[in-house]
Amino acid sequence: MTTTQAHPIEYLLRMDRMPHIWCPGCGIGVTVNCFARALQDSKADLDKTVIVSGIGCTGRVAGYLKLDSFHTTHGRAIPFATGLKLANPELNVVVYSGDGDLTAIGGNHFIHAARRNIDMLVICVNNFTYGMTGGQLTPTTPYSAVASTAPYGSFEKTFSLPFLADSCGAVYVARWTTFHVRQLARCMAEAFTKRGFRFIEIISPCPTLYQRRNKLGDGLSFMKYLKESSECKDGADTRAVALDFQGKIIVGKFVDRDQPTWLDDMNRRYREKLGDKYEEYKGIK
Amino acid sequence: MSERPTEIKISGLGGQGVILSGIIIGKAHAIFDGRHATMTQAFGPEARGSACSSQVLLSDSRILYPYVTRPDVLVVMSQEAYTRFSPELNDDGTLLLEADLVKPGPLPPRLKAYSIPATRIAEELGRKLVLNIVMTGFFTAVTGLISGEAVRKAVADSVPPGTEKLNLAAFEKGFAYGKQLLTSGAGAPSLPGTYPLR
Amino acid sequence: MADALITADPKGTLTGAHYLDGDHACCEGALAAGCRFVAGYPITPSTEVIERFAARIPLIGGVFIQMEDELASSIAIYGAVWAGAKAMTVTSGPGFSLMMEHLGLGAMLETPCVFVNVQRGGPSTGLPTMPGQADMMQARWGSHGDYELITISPSSPQESFDFAIEAFNLSEKYRLPVILMLDECVGHMTEKVNIPPADEIKLYPRRYTACKPGEYLPFKPGPDMAPEMARAGQGYRFHITGLTHDEKGYPVMNHAAQERLVRRLVDKVRKRADDLVRVVEDGVEGAECVVVSYGITSRVASLAVQLARDEGLKVGHLMCKIVWPFPAGKIRALSGKVKSFVMPEMNYGQVVLELERVVCGRAKVALVGHGGGTVHDPREILKAIKESLL
Repeated sequence: MTTTQAHPIEYLLRMDRMPHIWCPGCGIGVTVNCFARALQDSKADLDKTVIVSGIGCTGRVAGYLKLDSFHTTHGRAIPFATGLKLANPELNVVVYSGDGDLTAIGGNHFIHAARRNIDMLVICVNNFTYGMTGGQLTPTTPYSAVASTAPYGSFEKTFSLPFLADSCGAVYVARWTTFHVRQLARCMAEAFTKRGFRFIEIISPCPTLYQRRNKLGDGLSFMKYLKESSECKDGADTRAVALDFQGKIIVGKFVDRDQPTWLDDMNRRYREKLGDKYEEYKGIK
Repeated sequence: MSERPTEIKISGLGGQGVILSGIIIGKAHAIFDGRHATMTQAFGPEARGSACSSQVLLSDSRILYPYVTRPDVLVVMSQEAYTRFSPELNDDGTLLLEADLVKPGPLPPRLKAYSIPATRIAEELGRKLVLNIVMTGFFTAVTGLISGEAVRKAVADSVPPGTEKLNLAAFEKGFAYGKQLLTSGAGAPSLPGTYPLR
Repeated sequence: MADALITADPKGTLTGAHYLDGDHACCEGALAAGCRFVAGYPITPSTEVIERFAARIPLIGGVFIQMEDELASSIAIYGAVWAGAKAMTVTSGPGFSLMMEHLGLGAMLETPCVFVNVQRGGPSTGLPTMPGQADMMQARWGSHGDYELITISPSSPQESFDFAIEAFNLSEKYRLPVILMLDECVGHMTEKVNIPPADEIKLYPRRYTACKPGEYLPFKPGPDMAPEMARAGQGYRFHITGLTHDEKGYPVMNHAAQERLVRRLVDKVRKRADDLVRVVEDGVEGAECVVVSYGITSRVASLAVQLARDEGLKVGHLMCKIVWPFPAGKIRALSGKVKSFVMPEMNYGQVVLELERVVCGRAKVALVGHGGGTVHDPREILKAIKESLL
C-alpha cells in the first residue's frame, strides 16, 4: 500500500473504518465528499450535527462520517431522526439514504415528515436501484430499465422525488447529480442553514448493477451522460422535472420557502390554548 | 378473603352519561368512602347508540372478578336498555327507573323497583344533560350503598370544571326524591313516581 | 437496585388517590418515571394511554407525536432516547406486530425505553374491545434473531402505574426495551390508584459515560453487563448500528463478533434472571397444587384458589408480575414438592409451555386455555385444579 498525504476531509471520516464498501465508479463516495466539504464550508457545529441512515449502500454513509451517527432499520431513518430532533431541537439532523430505502419501504415516513415539516435535511442518493441486494426495482427505476426483479424492463410508473417532496410540503427541494460536485456541495451547505424539511436528490451511478444490467457502460460513461443530459433550471416547477430512462435531467434548486416547523407550530398552538401556563418547549433536559 | 361484591349496572342511551354515573359511584366508594370499587364498561360498536351500560362492583375487600354478572342494582334510563338488561337483574335486586323514559313489564315478586322523573327534574334545573346526576342522587338515597357525602365529593370531583354547582343541585334533587320515596313507603303502587310493580 | 437512585420529578407526578383506568394509570406511571417523549399510533384498547399523555405533556414539558404508523412510533422513541429522553410507545396486537422490527433493534442498540401492549383478542384484527393474553410469546420471541427482553404484566390499574415505573427502571438498569403487557380488561377497568409523593418514587437514572470523547466505547459492557450511554450532540461522535458490532459500535461481520455481542445481549437478562423475579406467593408452602398466573388472570385465579380451599384442597397461587424472564428457579424449587401446576391464561397455551419446560415432568402441568373476549370463569380453573389432583 502506498502512503498518501492526509486528505483534507479525513478528520470528518471514520478512517479506522476504511476501506469503505462502495464499488469502483459508485457515486455515493462522491456525494460524501461533497457533504464533508459542505460541512467545512458552512462551519457547521460538528458536535451538534447528527446523521441517520437506513439500510442499503447509501445507508452505510452514517457509518463512515465522524459525527454522532445512527445506522437504523430499512426505511426508518426518518422516524428515528424525528425522535432525535424533537427530543433535542439543538441538533442539526441529517438523514442520508437511498431511493429504495427512503421512498419504497420508507415512503410513508418520508411523506409524513415532509407534511409535518420536521426540521431535518434528507439527502437521497438516487441510483435507480437497490445496490446492496443485487439490483432490484425501486420506485425510481425508470420505465423500461432492467432490474433483477424486472428482467423484462420495468413497466411501473415512478416517483418523481422533487415533485413528491414539494407536494408533501418540503420547504427546500433541490436535485443535482454526482457530476455537479461543486453545485452539490454549495447546495448542501445552503440547505444546512435552512430550517424545516429539506430534500436533496442526487442522481448517482451504480455501475455494478444498474449500468451493467442496462448496458450503459462504466462509471465514466454514466458521468458523461449526467454531464450531457443535465440542464440547470433553478425554480423549475417540480411537476416538470420527472426523469425518463437515460433522458434529460433537470437539476437545480426548485423550492426554497419558509414555513414554521412542527415544533414551531406545536409551541404556537400550545401557547395559544394554554397561555402563560405553557412554557416554550426547547428540548428534554 | 373477599365477599361477593355488590353488582351495579347503570344503563341507558349513549350520551346520557351512564359512564360518568359509574365513575362517580365507583369513585365515591373507593376514594371518598375508602373502600373498593371496580368500574368497567362495554366498548366498541355495541357501546354506542341505543343501549349502553357501565358496571360497578362495590366491596369492602379487594375485588377479584372484574365484571358484573348478575346485577344487584340496575339503573335504567331508556326503554331499550330496560329490554336488554332487565333480564340480568337478580330476582331480589333493585331496579331504578327513569319514570318518563321507561315503562317496565311484569317483574319478579321479590324485586324492588323505584322510579323517578329524572329528565323532568333535570329540565327544571335548566339542563336536561344532568339527568344522570339526578339518577345518581336517587341511586345514593334509595340503595344506601354509599354515603351521600362521598357521592357529593365524587360529583364535584368528576364533572366538568364550572358545572359543579349545577350538578350538585341535580344530585340533591335526586337524593331528596329518593329519601322522600323511602320515608313514604317505598315502591307502594299508589305513590306518585312509582309504578304498580308487584 | 444497588445503584444510586434518584426521585421522581414532582412536575410529572400526580400525587394523590385517583380513580383511573389501567390505561390512564399506565400513562401516569410513565410520567412519574420521567417519560417525556411518546410516539404512538392510535389503536384500541390502548389509545387512552396516548390521549392522556397528549393532554398532560404540554404542561409538564416534553413531546407527544402521533406518528404515521407503529413502525415509525417504535423507532421515533429510539431517536428520542439517544437524544437524552426517556420514551415510550403504546399499542395493541396489530400494532405490536408492526413493532417487532424495532424490538429487535432496541435489543441490538441496547436502547432503554418502554413498549406498552394493551392486549386484545387476536389473531389479526380479532376482538379490538375485548381482552386477550395471546401476545405473550410474541413479546418473548416476536422479533427475528436471538435476544432477551423483560416483560411485565400488571393485573390492575394500580399495578399499571407501579409497573410502568418499574419498567422504566429496569430498562435503564439493563439497557433494553421493557414490555408492559396489559390487556383490555386491565386497561379499561377503573379502580383506585394511589400515586405517592414524588420523593417516594425511586428512579433508576440513565447511566451516562464519564469517558472523554475519543475514549468512549458505546458497547463496552459495564455493571449488569450493560454499556454506558452517551447522548447525541455532546461531542462523542459515536456510531451505533443494527448490524452486529464491536465495542466501538462498528459493524463486524463474523461469528466471533456475533458470539461476543449476542451472547452478552442474551446473558444480560438470563444471568440476572434471579434478580428479575417478581412474584406474589399465596399459600405456596405445603400446597399440593400451585396455580401459576399473570396479568388479569391472576385475579380470577385467586377466586378459584379460594373456592378450592373452601373445599379443603391444598392449593397455592404464584402470581407472576414479571413473566419474561420466567421465574424458573422458583418453579423448579416447587416442582419436586407439588403434585400439579395449573396455569390459566387467555390463550390456548403460551406461557404454560415455559412452565412445562421448567417443571420437566416432575409434576403434572395443566393449562386452562381460553380464547379471550372475557376473563376465565373461576369455576373452570377450579375444575382444572381438582382434575390435576386426581
